[in-house]
Amino acid sequence: MPSIERCARSPRCRGRSVAIELFRIDDRLIHGQVVVGWGQPLNLGFIALVDDEVAGSEWEQELYRMGVPPEMDVYFATPDDASRQLEAWQADQRPGVLLTGDIDTMRRLIELSPSITAVNLGGIHHRAGRTLKLRYVYLSPQEEEALRALERKGVAVSAQDVPSARAVPLEDVLRGEADR
Amino acid sequence: MSEGDPVAIIAAHGDLAAGFVSAVQQITGRGDLFLPMTNTGLGAADIERAILELVDGRRIGVIFTDLPAGSCTIAARCVQAARPHVVLVTGASLPLLLDFMSHEELAPAEAAAHAVDRAVRSITAVSGAKRGH
Repeated sequence: MPSIERCARSPRCRGRSVAIELFRIDDRLIHGQVVVGWGQPLNLGFIALVDDEVAGSEWEQELYRMGVPPEMDVYFATPDDASRQLEAWQADQRPGVLLTGDIDTMRRLIELSPSITAVNLGGIHHRAGRTLKLRYVYLSPQEEEALRALERKGVAVSAQDVPSARAVPLEDVLRGEADR
Repeated sequence: MSEGDPVAIIAAHGDLAAGFVSAVQQITGRGDLFLPMTNTGLGAADIERAILELVDGRRIGVIFTDLPAGSCTIAARCVQAARPHVVLVTGASLPLLLDFMSHEELAPAEAAAHAVDRAVRSITAVSGAKRGH
């Protein structure tokens, strides 16, 4: 078993707000690493999926709801909606994760919600114009600059696919040597 | 199910699909019925594209995936929207695959339903007991 303290046993998760545990950029959105990999050790009560396309498609929402355990809520929102909902999500007694599928959506949300101070790179996979940084993070020059801009604003950016892995700071990610 | 013609895709995390095929091959010698696919290193669109290419290119009618909320399942559901004849089965296990392949007389959807029933019943929890004399 991983050596992660289960949230349900943790004093910080009992009887008070635990806010959103993770602001994650992951192009697979809701999938095994999120629901099981993070969901079980964090005892997740909800996932907020922030994506323009999914927020406008009932079919896609049903698709992403399908495999999530019934005790876990899934909220769908555009960045604008999410910025309005964020305070309520942060006040929830249950631990939650907020997901975006790309860097630009997270950047837009942070511009509207400066209270976000840390971002997790969970999975940005290969596409034309991107180069390998970590085995699960590929970035284009524009995306590298967007992440640097977030850090200049005071947002801590790190890469970590699963809870048992080491969180890799952005500078190490951009050097592309963390896997080697 | 004639020899050499795969009838189903197994799409799963890591090397699980290849492991399933290896196990089916060891037990029955018919690992060729399944096409293994991993999601390792692939984004959501790439997984969907890879499954669709196999469905169209190899005329596949059944997709097995591992986690119900996994990226392979999400991608397979998207493929299903474009190819409604495809049957999706989540929660792949060895009993499931073995039962599916042993009912070639059934249509793929019926064989899949039969296999799911069998696989569910194959999951047991056995408590330890002292050996009697």
